[in-house]
Amino acid sequence: MLEVKDLHVSVDGNEILKGLSLTINAGEVHAIMGPNGSGKSTLSSVIAGKEDYEITSGSVTFDGKDVLAMDIEERARAGLLLGFQYPVEIPGVKNIYLLKAALNAKREALGLGEMPAPEFMKLIKEKIAAMKMDASFLQRAVNEGFSGGEKKRNEILQMIVLEPRLAMLDEIDSGLDIDAMKVVADGVNSLRSEERSMLLVTHYQRLLDYIVPDRVHVLVDGRIAKSGDAELARELEVRGYDWVLEESAA
Amino acid sequence: MSEDVKRFLDRLSERSANRGPEPSWIAARRQAGAARFEALGFPHRRVEEWKYTDVRNIARGDFVLAKEAEFSPATAATLALPLDAHKLTFVDGIFAPRLSDLADLPDGVQLLPLSQALENNHEAVGGPLGRLTGVDFSPFAALNTAFMEEGAVLRLAPRTVVEKPIVLQFLSRAGEQPVMSHPRILIEAGARSEATVIEHHTGEVAAANFTNLVEEIMLDRGAILTHYKLLESPEQDSHVASMHMELRRDSRFTSFNLCLGGGLVRNDLVSELNGEGAEVIYQGLFHAQGRQHVDNHTLANHNSPRVRSWENYKGILDDRARGVYNSKVVVKRDSSKIVAEQHSANLLLSDRAEIDTKPELEIYNDDVQCAHGATTGQLDEEAVFALRSRGIDEQTARGLLTLAFAGEVMEQVGLDVVAERVELAVAGKLPDRYHLAGLVEAAVALNED
Repeated sequence: MLEVKDLHVSVDGNEILKGLSLTINAGEVHAIMGPNGSGKSTLSSVIAGKEDYEITSGSVTFDGKDVLAMDIEERARAGLLLGFQYPVEIPGVKNIYLLKAALNAKREALGLGEMPAPEFMKLIKEKIAAMKMDASFLQRAVNEGFSGGEKKRNEILQMIVLEPRLAMLDEIDSGLDIDAMKVVADGVNSLRSEERSMLLVTHYQRLLDYIVPDRVHVLVDGRIAKSGDAELARELEVRGYDWVLEESAA
Repeated sequence: MSEDVKRFLDRLSERSANRGPEPSWIAARRQAGAARFEALGFPHRRVEEWKYTDVRNIARGDFVLAKEAEFSPATAATLALPLDAHKLTFVDGIFAPRLSDLADLPDGVQLLPLSQALENNHEAVGGPLGRLTGVDFSPFAALNTAFMEEGAVLRLAPRTVVEKPIVLQFLSRAGEQPVMSHPRILIEAGARSEATVIEHHTGEVAAANFTNLVEEIMLDRGAILTHYKLLESPEQDSHVASMHMELRRDSRFTSFNLCLGGGLVRNDLVSELNGEGAEVIYQGLFHAQGRQHVDNHTLANHNSPRVRSWENYKGILDDRARGVYNSKVVVKRDSSKIVAEQHSANLLLSDRAEIDTKPELEIYNDDVQCAHGATTGQLDEEAVFALRSRGIDEQTARGLLTLAFAGEVMEQVGLDVVAERVELAVAGKLPDRYHLAGLVEAAVALNED
């Protein structure tokens, strides 16, 4: 489904990703771990289309299509969605506007008409209840004045409404207490299916107790230094990253 | 005398020759207005008050006075605000009884055209008319005084609370020759009276007329007046207007100055806060595109202790549009315990759009709380990215954020008809770029759900 080949990415002339390759098949959940500054967030940001990155070589394809040639909104409509580490506040734009506009954009791309208002409201109410959020959130401006935990829930709410084919979640666990993390993890797990894939970027193993990945990759200095199954994450929790660094240096 | 000034004064002579006898005080003021206009001429950009606004297009215009108030009823119906209201309509400055609604005026409310008020009892008009806005205020006020003959008079008896809004509608017609009009609005709100006035300027798309309005509003003790100015004039129209407010003790005046139309627009809002507890609220929103020029000047004179002013203006400028925003707070030496706040924010949607903002404070008393802040910027690119990353196309994302910017002022609008009209106008102003009208309509429907 997603194929990243020998990706080199720079920011302001500094190379962050130095030949990263990764394949994610349909239905798989991959976790990318690694020490701070290893380039974890860069990968998902580049795939989502953030503009501050310079791609110097390599390719990213999604269902065989060149992702890097697509507009930001086209990527989302194709089913690539990024849950932000720091969701931005958008004063004045109500959550309901965002959800409706985004869902309609997706439906339009699929050749479907606009969802009728009653059906839309029913869907939204169901999803918002699943995220244990109050319906009043819909009339509030996107993330404005939300707590850290509320912002993350809101990201997952967008995911479960828009149902991406590849959900990328950047440090979705940061700033969450254990109860909030369970709600977020339940939301993410409800998205798991044969057709849907996920890319979790996380610094800590804790999240992976709740969302168990099929594959775990350790990113060191812009490259994948080690890959394994969920067991690798537990080993990292116990032993830290140093042994991987040493191994990869050897 | 410049040729431009002479052309306008010639029109005045023509009009005077055709006019019947009138009370001596009117003739005297007319003369004073003409003399002042002749002495001042049209304002030059060297004058600080007009530094950013070039009125040469008005000065060079060959405007005539309209002779009749003909307007297509079908067009008028599409332009009118869908409101159950008491209403006076003027077409190119001439009273249009058939497009007005003066039936069922409640007790204590006098609403009539100026010409009729003069005919009924000219002495009652002569006192207040021109008391706040003298011929020295500006060359345009002088010109208006020289030509004045029509407009609206609204008087509220003490304790009169008017349920329905009062609409003063000014229609601009596309004719063979551009016309000018010099309407006067006179509002006297008696003690503890309450009303909502909507001044609505609109017209036929191809019109290219000049409106030169002078408005005087007097609020007696405890009166509460909400004033909407909805400017949807045709894009070639020029509009120069002054509004003078006098606020006595415990009165409150709220202004919503909503400028969407007009090619050249200049508004002067001046409040005299004369009695303790008086409060003025200036809310403004302007959205200009193409080569529109919108200049808003506000002034709040804090002439008494314990008075308050609050101001929030937002501007959206696209293409090569230009905005001017000048807000001034004056606190007199004896005026203690003053609260004055000024806020303004402007959004530039194109590299060639321009805004000049100037907050001014003149404070001669230490016991005051004043705050002011002004920002000018573009749309938050992070927010644009966040919306696009959810599949929303770039133009819709920018439109949503533009609408959100205007929303802060529109949330304060108590009349849904006005708020929705402005929101749709902002959303639909650039139909080929921002296709948002459908989304706003859907959101309105959702809110009703």
